[in-house]
Amino acid sequence: MLTGITFPTDAATPVTGTPVERLEDARLLTGTGCFVDDLTRPDLLHAVVLRSSMAHGRIVAIDASAALELDGVVAVFTAADVASDGAVPLIPIRLAPFPESQAFRQPVIAVDTVRYVGEPVALVVATSRAIAEDALELIELDIDALEAVASTDAALAAEGDGVLFPGTGSNLVLRYTAQMGDADTAFANAPYVRTERFSTQRHSAVPMETRGLLAEWDAEHGHLFLSGAAKVPYFNRRALAEALGLGMDEIDLLEQDVGGGFGVRGEYYPEDFLVCFAARRLGRPVKWIEDRREHFMATNHSREIACELSIACARDGTILALAGRLDADMGAYIRTNGGVVPAKAGQFLPGPYRIRDIHVDVSIVVTNKTPVGTYRGPGRFEANFFRERLIDMAAADLGLDPNVMRAHNLITAADMPWDAGKLVPYEAETSFDTGDYPVTLTRCLEEIGWEKNKHLQGTVIDGLYHGIGVACFVESGGAGPRENARITLETDGTLTVAVGSSSVGQGIETAHAQIAADALGLPLGKVRVLHGSTTLLHEGFGTYHSRAVIMGGSAILDAATNLKEHLVAAAAKRLGLPNTRLVVENGGVGSGDRFISLAELATDGPFSANGTFANTTRTYSYGAHACHVAVNPQTGAVKILDFVAVEDVGRAINPLIVHGQAIGAIVQGLGGVFLDHLVYDSEGQLLNASLADYLLPTATDFPNVRAVTLELHPSPTNPLGAKGAGEGGIVAVAGATANAVAAALAPLGVTITDLPLTPPRLWQLISDARAAAEPEH
Amino acid sequence: MKLPPLQYVRASSVSEAVDLLVQGAGDARILAGGQSLIPVLAFRLAAPAVLVDIGGIADLKRIDITDETVTLGALVRWVDIERSTALKAHMPLLPAVMAHVAHYQIRNRGTVGGSLAHCDPAAEMPGLAVTCDGTIILEGASGRREAPAVEVLTGALAAEIAEDEMIVALRFPRWRPERRWGFAEFARRQGDFAMAGIVAHFDQDADGVARDVHIGVIGATDRPTRLPGAEAALEGRIPDAMTIRDACRAVQDEVEPPEDIHASAAYRRALAGVMANQALRQAAGLPAAANGQ
Amino acid sequence: MDEIDITLTVNGTAHILSVSPRTTLADALRQGLGLTGTHVGCEHGVCGACTVIVDGAAMRSCLMLAAQAERHAITTVEGLGRPEALGPLQAAFRKHHALQCGFCTPGFLTTLHALLTEEPDADAERIREVVSGNLCRCTGYVAIIEAALEARAAYGHQEAEAC
Repeated sequence: MLTGITFPTDAATPVTGTPVERLEDARLLTGTGCFVDDLTRPDLLHAVVLRSSMAHGRIVAIDASAALELDGVVAVFTAADVASDGAVPLIPIRLAPFPESQAFRQPVIAVDTVRYVGEPVALVVATSRAIAEDALELIELDIDALEAVASTDAALAAEGDGVLFPGTGSNLVLRYTAQMGDADTAFANAPYVRTERFSTQRHSAVPMETRGLLAEWDAEHGHLFLSGAAKVPYFNRRALAEALGLGMDEIDLLEQDVGGGFGVRGEYYPEDFLVCFAARRLGRPVKWIEDRREHFMATNHSREIACELSIACARDGTILALAGRLDADMGAYIRTNGGVVPAKAGQFLPGPYRIRDIHVDVSIVVTNKTPVGTYRGPGRFEANFFRERLIDMAAADLGLDPNVMRAHNLITAADMPWDAGKLVPYEAETSFDTGDYPVTLTRCLEEIGWEKNKHLQGTVIDGLYHGIGVACFVESGGAGPRENARITLETDGTLTVAVGSSSVGQGIETAHAQIAADALGLPLGKVRVLHGSTTLLHEGFGTYHSRAVIMGGSAILDAATNLKEHLVAAAAKRLGLPNTRLVVENGGVGSGDRFISLAELATDGPFSANGTFANTTRTYSYGAHACHVAVNPQTGAVKILDFVAVEDVGRAINPLIVHGQAIGAIVQGLGGVFLDHLVYDSEGQLLNASLADYLLPTATDFPNVRAVTLELHPSPTNPLGAKGAGEGGIVAVAGATANAVAAALAPLGVTITDLPLTPPRLWQLISDARAAAEPEH
Repeated sequence: MKLPPLQYVRASSVSEAVDLLVQGAGDARILAGGQSLIPVLAFRLAAPAVLVDIGGIADLKRIDITDETVTLGALVRWVDIERSTALKAHMPLLPAVMAHVAHYQIRNRGTVGGSLAHCDPAAEMPGLAVTCDGTIILEGASGRREAPAVEVLTGALAAEIAEDEMIVALRFPRWRPERRWGFAEFARRQGDFAMAGIVAHFDQDADGVARDVHIGVIGATDRPTRLPGAEAALEGRIPDAMTIRDACRAVQDEVEPPEDIHASAAYRRALAGVMANQALRQAAGLPAAANGQ
Repeated sequence: MDEIDITLTVNGTAHILSVSPRTTLADALRQGLGLTGTHVGCEHGVCGACTVIVDGAAMRSCLMLAAQAERHAITTVEGLGRPEALGPLQAAFRKHHALQCGFCTPGFLTTLHALLTEEPDADAERIREVVSGNLCRCTGYVAIIEAALEARAAYGHQEAEAC
């Protein structure tokens, strides 16, 4: 007890787990944040990229002479210029590095072949962005067309000129099988088997801020600075160092405010190299801001997977086995994300269910389209749609309530940890950490009013067909290998936290500050979090796979522990007490009635300590989504009357932020179900590279969405108990929504197997079903 | 997506604007609110050498209602129509439709003249102009001329306006007080261009018979157009549910929808019929059809 | 192209700017005046991030030439409050977690400020309809609507009497 002691003014009540307002907001709300395009420099040059307008072709000639004559144009760089420093660098593969993928890597600028519309062919640098765009129109680009393949079917059938990389002989990058148990035998003996084909459409994250970079070359010190970093700055530094022939200590990546990531932003793209190359070559700062049109063809696409899925069940609905074939359209190159999207789709096909016999064949195919990378819930969104649709179909065949069937098969607390096997070739075996999966389904069914509303399935009210759909999910987070942090108690008594995680706008400055504040017993206002930039720490890993709080937050805890040792030592001197008697608490260090506040102790500082958190395991959040729709059979329009997502995130550092992540993810997911679609023609032309034609959800589209966050089963894999909360909100959206639409339209004989569920497509399905149902005359 | 190089000049009168167009010799464009033109320039789908800003010409901002006509100046904005109490009283169809035009910020700046000149087949104002017997008033080097909207708005993004001409106003015949009207459109999202939309009005005589029926379509054709077959199906009949159904069938028979990445021709055709049902039921004062629309 | 001079008032301060005729108002505010709170998300008039208030009306500054702002009064997000003294909408946005990455936020704030100044009684449906011209990828919009509803009080909204 601290009786008789004046309570130190710095002491703070714990903030971890409370919905404190965000520290980022004051600047973002007043226009005083700093995004990369807000940066300016004396002598700044502006770069634009000349992109291929042809999906597949051989570059015959590039004539930039007229462009170079334009007033204000400083340089036009092509592959020939890049090659004068050595071979044109290739974009390295960071994730899912299947060896077969190496031959399909992308050069940072097209050398003699273009393979997708939007591939960089030249970089124009001028005194203004507008002049650089004027110059683009003056470059004469002569490309001989080659056969373009715009689908996996066309790609696999192609020969000769239709093979993107002639040396490989085929557009099939690789095919692999992942399995557990003995699916063949299970299928052979199963009383019930159903096979269906499904597909998810190509779409992407489309953050509100397009990508942007500002490269500065300090010739005097031989140092390169690249602003505009996000997601994985330390990996990108390594990639750039290798490509530019610089040492790691000769490059720094700097992070500003970031206008949304969702997986696509902050990867190492061709422009990351090109802008640095130009800045070094020209000795002047060079800025490149992606415009919205090029964003649609330059930034990673995702989600385009076709699936043939088979389920084997007992008559009581017990799922006996699952077998799937996934064909992933990767676009023209294998970029940094390697094969992770289809690999994760394969891994998450069985989902949160007690399935022991699994067989998954995955084919990874290149086509003449923009390359693919991760987008929030990569592979999970797709796999969940395939499986959850099939479960509803199987339940209908078996005459079961689909949600009784789900509950019957979900992994329970007693099954934990659940051996999830080795369904990813390049990863170790994994197991689901903790959880009671049926609990989230039960809660979700209560929220949507399943028992009271299930009679609505397929009924018509005021001309609209009603349906309710449910989907269950499990979602991984917290990828290793490590994260690092440093905490400094500054002499003014404030804490500075440096962390290797990156912000992509999700609020980690606040969440990390909450963790640090409580660890040292200081108020939130005393904590400042610096993140992302490579100048802060010797090593960092960044933000992806819902890892920033788990990995970065745990590293901060470790740094706090180490810092406390320093503080105790310093306080011991001041107080004349042995270290062993002192503890850091309530914003100070003390023992019994002897106490020194951190503010006072800080004047002896600054004190600083590093921390690290290493992890070879994963966290697994889980939950269920439910959706109630009303479908207009005349227009094909779908109203979302109610959508609810329930997720056990283990532990929420800031419930306000977690809730925001969930709601935002749901609406993004609904966009992926109904709106978002990157449409190509058979020649590989992207047909909707504008926000007028690529439809994103607006405020009027999906007003009725809710999220319930649970903290039932903390993860034992990290000291916070957190499981990651950035992606669970999107994973089951397509599954639940498509099940709802399918339930609504079941009386008409409509089957839902493909996304997106656009009004014209639903109308067509309804029309076709009605035509098929009419008796022949 | 910076705009192409251009010269900018302000015109303080219509005649000055026309002079500037003449000087531009085919390479000058009128800039009104810019809500259609500037995106075209941003995508560099057009690169006029000169933009003639008519935004300062006060005469073009007027809404004039006489015993015979309702005239919207070229610079009348969507928000002006939306809020006009005079229009709500005398031609209520116009303000009612404005809620469907683009978004709040666009409606604060987009103009009648700009929309007509841009001539998007899915836009509302060209459809209203064609359906409601609008006359477009243009001024050019050879003076002022008037032309029925249907003769000016002849193709997608291709209004029949000479290089030295500008739109000055859109004039409608004044409505009878007993006129009945309806409007319905279907867009993917709030504010998007219509995939199909129907404008309809008719007068009803003492026996409840529909006279002077006007039915026009947007979005489901390559230009805004009236649908004479559908009009004939209603003309001289009492607009009950059965008659309206006949008119909707006629709409579907009559429209010739284009096909694009957003929808098939068959879908747009069906949709035009559904929208016709809604618009005509609204006009006839029948309860909304039981389809949730 | 020769530059032209324009005179305009931004957040209450008069400015004379020299710009290329093709410069949009958005670019002029950002680059000419350093008011980088106005964000450019699409440059073709769809995303709404660049919305500013022109003579009281919300407009997209990417769809206006700077020259068209001659002698007009512009309010940008910087004119709605300061970090240490947030305006009522800004404070409500923070309280309701109505922003995440913050890139679209200035456009929502300017749009809603113009709306609530004219229509302090706008209901949830009207607010949703109005901000359907602004895209946000982070929040799913729910919190934005809640924040706007709460902020109405500061614009003169009277809660309806319960009957």
